[in-house]
Amino acid sequence: MKAHLTRRYMFSASHRLHSDAMSKAENAATYGKCNNQYGHGHNYALEVTVSGPVDESTGMVCNLLDLDRFVQREILQRFDLENLNNRAEFIETIPTTENLCTAIYDILQRGFTHAHLDKVRIEETMMNSFEYAGE
Amino acid sequence: MVYLTRKAEFAASHYYHNPDLTPEENQRIFGKCNNPNGHGHNYTLEVTVKGEVDPRSGFVVDLKQLKEVLHREVLDAMDHRFLNKEVPEFSVQIPTTENLAIAIWQRLVSKLNKAQLHRVRVYETPDLFVDFYGEA
Repeated sequence: MKAHLTRRYMFSASHRLHSDAMSKAENAATYGKCNNQYGHGHNYALEVTVSGPVDESTGMVCNLLDLDRFVQREILQRFDLENLNNRAEFIETIPTTENLCTAIYDILQRGFTHAHLDKVRIEETMMNSFEYAGE
Repeated sequence: MVYLTRKAEFAASHYYHNPDLTPEENQRIFGKCNNPNGHGHNYTLEVTVKGEVDPRSGFVVDLKQLKEVLHREVLDAMDHRFLNKEVPEFSVQIPTTENLAIAIWQRLVSKLNKAQLHRVRVYETPDLFVDFYGEA
């Protein structure tokens, strides 16, 4: 029997949305308040969905301890209470939540081997959220 | 095709233990959840059904019937119960959220007429949920 398991994590980070390829006026028009040169922050909610057959011996898709340990080490330690613009993942891309979704998906896809990765979903605020399923 | 989701809550206790494993293995795999005295959760259940909207009633499903089935098959059996000891499925299976979602699907799937069961989602806590779509 195949089940899909979703775990939710919280982290806080700052960012500034700004493209060097755009003029000052274009940046302001595209990113609005998010272009403020000093940056601003969010409490992000991250949902990681994995799937697979339910192991008959454990009753689990994967052991939550493994998922929690991986996310803690590879994602939360990397991004929590950091300025996303300073992170290596965002040297060439703008730390929008779209790009944050794909960056986190790639980290999980490369390193988490205990279950199939279905999807990464991030709530930037209570009013908006983004999903990436590797498409 | 329209999808309709009905939400319900129940509270239950459980613990995780596989008698085929050694006490050390049980402890390593299940951690604090292996405590035989059990612990509890407020579960939130979301049942999603799908179907065509009936042109006469405007409904996908008779909500009253869905609610009755949900109460009879799931809530009466699981609310304020010790899952390992009082719900037959879990005398053999470990009552993880995965197995709970599967058990609830199996209890509902044959009892619903007209609407087709699409998804069972079980929240163990606000930070952890499992979806089951009846996939083999």
